[in-house]
Amino acid sequence: MSDHDHDIKSHIRTYMIIGAALFIGTILTVAVSYVDFGSHAINIAVGLIIATVKASLVALFFMHLIDEKTAIYLLLSCAFFFFVGLMGLTIWADQNPPNKTQNLQHAPMVEVTVDSQHPSSASDSHPEPVHH
Amino acid sequence: MEIPYTVKPRPDTGVYNAKIGIWLFLASEIMLFGALFSSYIILRITAPEGSWLEGVLNVPIGFVNTLVLIASSVTIVMAWASLKMNNYKAFQGYMVFTVLCALTFLCIKSVEYNDKFHHYEMWTNAESNNRFTGHFDKSWLAEQKSAYKAKVAQLNADHQKALSSWSQSDKSTPAPVAPKFPEITFFTLTTTEIRNLAAFLGTDSVVFEKEAKHAYKYHGMPGEDTHASNDHAAAGAEDHASSTSAHDDHSHHESLTIPVSEIKRTSAFIPSHSTYFAIYFTLTGLHALHVFGGACVLAYFVICNRKMWKNEPDRLANRIEVGGLFWHFVDLVWIFLFPVLYLL
Amino acid sequence: MAHDTTHASEADHAHHDHHDHHDHHELNFWQKYIFSSDHKVIGIQYGIVSLLFLLLGFLLMSCMRWQLAYPGQPLPLIGNFINDLYGGENGVMTPEIYNMFGAMHGNIMVFLAIVPLGFAAFGNYIVPLQIGAPDMAFPRLNMASFWAFFIGAILIFGSMFIPGGPAQAGWTSYSPLASSIPTNGQAYWLIGLVILIASSLLGAVNFIATIIQLRAPGMTWMRMPFFCWAQFVTAFLLLLAFPPLQVAGLMQLFDIVFDSSFFLPSGLIVGGQPADISGGGSPVLWQHLFWFLAHPEVYVLILPAIGMICEIISNNTRRPLWGYKTLVFAVLTLGFLSFIVWAHHMYLTGMGTVISTFFQTTTMIISIPSVIILTCVLLSLWGGSIRFNTPMLFALAFLPMFGIGGLTGLPLGFSYSDLYLHDTYYVIAHFHYIVAPGTIFAFFAGIYFWFPKATGRYMSDYWGRVHFWLSLLFMNLIFMPMFLQGLNGMHRRMVDGGANYASPVGPEGGVIGLLSEYIELNQTISIAAWCLGLAQIPFIINFFYSITHGKKVHSDNPWKATTLDWQTPTPPPHGNFTHPVEVFRGPYEYSSPESDDDFVPQNAKPSPSHQPAVAKK
Ligand code: HEM
Ligand SMILES: [Cu+2]
Repeated sequence: MSDHDHDIKSHIRTYMIIGAALFIGTILTVAVSYVDFGSHAINIAVGLIIATVKASLVALFFMHLIDEKTAIYLLLSCAFFFFVGLMGLTIWADQNPPNKTQNLQHAPMVEVTVDSQHPSSASDSHPEPVHH
Repeated sequence: MEIPYTVKPRPDTGVYNAKIGIWLFLASEIMLFGALFSSYIILRITAPEGSWLEGVLNVPIGFVNTLVLIASSVTIVMAWASLKMNNYKAFQGYMVFTVLCALTFLCIKSVEYNDKFHHYEMWTNAESNNRFTGHFDKSWLAEQKSAYKAKVAQLNADHQKALSSWSQSDKSTPAPVAPKFPEITFFTLTTTEIRNLAAFLGTDSVVFEKEAKHAYKYHGMPGEDTHASNDHAAAGAEDHASSTSAHDDHSHHESLTIPVSEIKRTSAFIPSHSTYFAIYFTLTGLHALHVFGGACVLAYFVICNRKMWKNEPDRLANRIEVGGLFWHFVDLVWIFLFPVLYLL
Repeated sequence: MAHDTTHASEADHAHHDHHDHHDHHELNFWQKYIFSSDHKVIGIQYGIVSLLFLLLGFLLMSCMRWQLAYPGQPLPLIGNFINDLYGGENGVMTPEIYNMFGAMHGNIMVFLAIVPLGFAAFGNYIVPLQIGAPDMAFPRLNMASFWAFFIGAILIFGSMFIPGGPAQAGWTSYSPLASSIPTNGQAYWLIGLVILIASSLLGAVNFIATIIQLRAPGMTWMRMPFFCWAQFVTAFLLLLAFPPLQVAGLMQLFDIVFDSSFFLPSGLIVGGQPADISGGGSPVLWQHLFWFLAHPEVYVLILPAIGMICEIISNNTRRPLWGYKTLVFAVLTLGFLSFIVWAHHMYLTGMGTVISTFFQTTTMIISIPSVIILTCVLLSLWGGSIRFNTPMLFALAFLPMFGIGGLTGLPLGFSYSDLYLHDTYYVIAHFHYIVAPGTIFAFFAGIYFWFPKATGRYMSDYWGRVHFWLSLLFMNLIFMPMFLQGLNGMHRRMVDGGANYASPVGPEGGVIGLLSEYIELNQTISIAAWCLGLAQIPFIINFFYSITHGKKVHSDNPWKATTLDWQTPTPPPHGNFTHPVEVFRGPYEYSSPESDDDFVPQNAKPSPSHQPAVAKK
């Protein structure tokens, strides 16, 4: 039992240290946002890296992910993989327009005809009907 | 019938049921917030040139809220550790502190929200300086409100009177029609509401407190002072006279009387104002909902589970662990939300 | 000895209702049948509700088929009623009504009928039984999941009766169309959807936790019946693919309620007027989030069906499933890959060649595990002495139907052929072959198969066969001609069934429109659809009649099955098993030399003389 208590006590020390690190990290996040690292992209990257470090600290120590069971690691890697897939592929799809000089998505001009008499004509993307 | 492994871990997986359950739930939460962050990125990179807002939010408030959440994350894990060390008193203390932190967070957030609902951007027909932010003058607004109410009451009373005299008459004339007046909430005024109000009351101008410093910049806006784009202190560069104390939001205001005919559009900082505010409210609103839900559950654990501590201490410890995992996740999401929305 | 649980339970079968009352605290009617936390009751609740919605979705389509076959002619019987509800005159279906019914047919079928029936109803009833668990891991969450589903379903279905009618923008609800229609139906649908998703998340958490944690001793992963594997993967799909749609649904709801512009671009013109919005949103984002769910969703529609088919085929061929491990591996791969193919629904949104190639490639790769699954099941038939009972007939018919649906999907996976086929009746035919003669047949098979377990009585085999042959005939008469129509360019979602396109001779003399013979096929299809409806009458009567009057089963294991669901009393009591179960072998030990009776249940102790034979598997 005392062994167990000792274990918890050392845990508590870790929690305190991590808590302090998170406080410092937060101050750092705000501080670096006033610094220009040369380009907008780099500024964003720096901010995100600090946030990621902080989030990892929470996940690893507060959520005990540093020492977890395989089932949970498997589960989380699935979720993480699909999350990266969702984010990565949507961004990629956006960055790979059909024709680079004529980026349709960035200059959208969409017309929806919702006419109170015949909303059915709002059916998407069909060619002009041919009447006879 | 008894469900196995509700308290003790199953030997081959090494976890008890609720722990698998909460991690599964968190996995779906990763996808939930992951999808929202993905949307944020897509909306931001596809936003038309100059329409994405930056630096609009109140950084000190966000900063304080971050600290509040982090503190609560520390205390919830301490609560769990106290239970493990059989110290129920300390456990209670930490739990109460955690829940208080959650409430503080929500209070601060609601103040911040409320501020956004009454913070306007105004576009005028002027040649230059035609786009600025601020809020409607408070006393002017109060005047309008009471004038509106009085006039509505008056119209209704007249109508009632006409109606009763008509119903006593021989009803040969058509019944008096109900008076028409514009519906105005006075909570967050839209452009149409302002125009309607002016027409209804016969006023021809609004009193607007313009923020002397530029409240915010548009990312990549042509002609904007790009040097200042990451320097909050110099955000007021365009307006040298008042650029001295940029953090002191409400001290430098310029009262303007703007003819209604000159107003092109006005919009408060609400979802319909811009896609940035739309995603800001969605992200933070959903997060606040999580904070609220988490706080309720944690409060329930500390208020109603005393008996469980006597009978099944392990089960209570498990509950706190599971609740704590959720709480840390909420904290983790905020750790990303803060820089993404407030700073970058 | 192998059957000792069976005999024991048979012995007290007559009394077990009585026992129940002594063993557990008394449950009143409400706790037992309405707000029950017993997985079997919840499964049946889900089953009843979703079967009703299946019927409803079909009835909506029956009305639409009238309009397609005889455009502009008054709808018999209910024409005036729908005019009263939604406007229009003379009992004729207006374009708006067609759009409402079409959108509701899709929504109801997908979200309120097939998914709850396959995943929640069959899954709830069977999975805990098959893995030897007393109940789900979180019984009360299970109940919450059902009631959340119920509320969401009421909202979605109830929106058919609000002023202005229900959603009209198709089940895909593409923005900006969906948020520009000036009625409230879309908002109702979105709120209902968000609640439904919450319900299915609770369900998915519960299923996965149950399968991970509550397998009976000895029930290792590779001894799990394939149906449980299929449900396991399905639950993961729901768990991880649904949240993005929940987000998207909320965002579209905000577009409608708070006038935000998440999916509305700058410069949007609605009804000839510039829309009063801030703009700057991305319509394509909706499609990404929607299809991120909706592609995995098609596997949610089909995997439980495949799982059931495997159980039934193995049982009725009296042979082990061919390549059980391959099947498991294939279904895991399928689940995994289904998350990275979604944009094959979006080739026409304007996609660069690189990203399009990526999605074409993953789409082709994902067809491999599907083909593996079908091949394994087909090979399982090889050399079996097949029992052709009703469940088996449906299960066998599933295979070619699923095959047709799957193979016709390949041309849709390539962007160059999809350019032509996109949004035509070819697509309708393709996915209906999967979900209608495919999934629905599997569900019929499942109902005929597990009915004796749930009620203690068989459904009539004769009327089952009548139901089967008529359904098979009419299903194909409905959907086969749609391939032709689609290949000839007939568009989906057309209120007049393509009459607009009828123009055999163009200005230059060539054929530019739809040939009238393809338009006339509409009548064949519609008549077949109504006949299909009539063909369900034997089933419905058979179902209700058999609950009280069907032939009684003579044992707890009437099909002589190996899996644990059949080693329980009939119907299984609260808590499922009368004795603690332990599992000693794989799920499909049919034609085993170890037993005189040609099968060995999973919980049969290995007999000492046959030790090596057992170790083999
Ligand atoms: C068995 C009887 C069924 C028949 C006769 C039938 C018929 C049809 C037809 C003709 C359409 C095209 C309507 C149009 O484009 O104007 C359609 C659309 C659709 N059906 Fe079915 N269907 C049946 C069952 C199902 C089932 C079981 C599902 C389950 C997933 C389903 C899901 C859909 C969906 C998602 C659409 C697309 C709706 C839209 O355009 O947004 N159907 N159905
Ligand atoms: Cu797909």
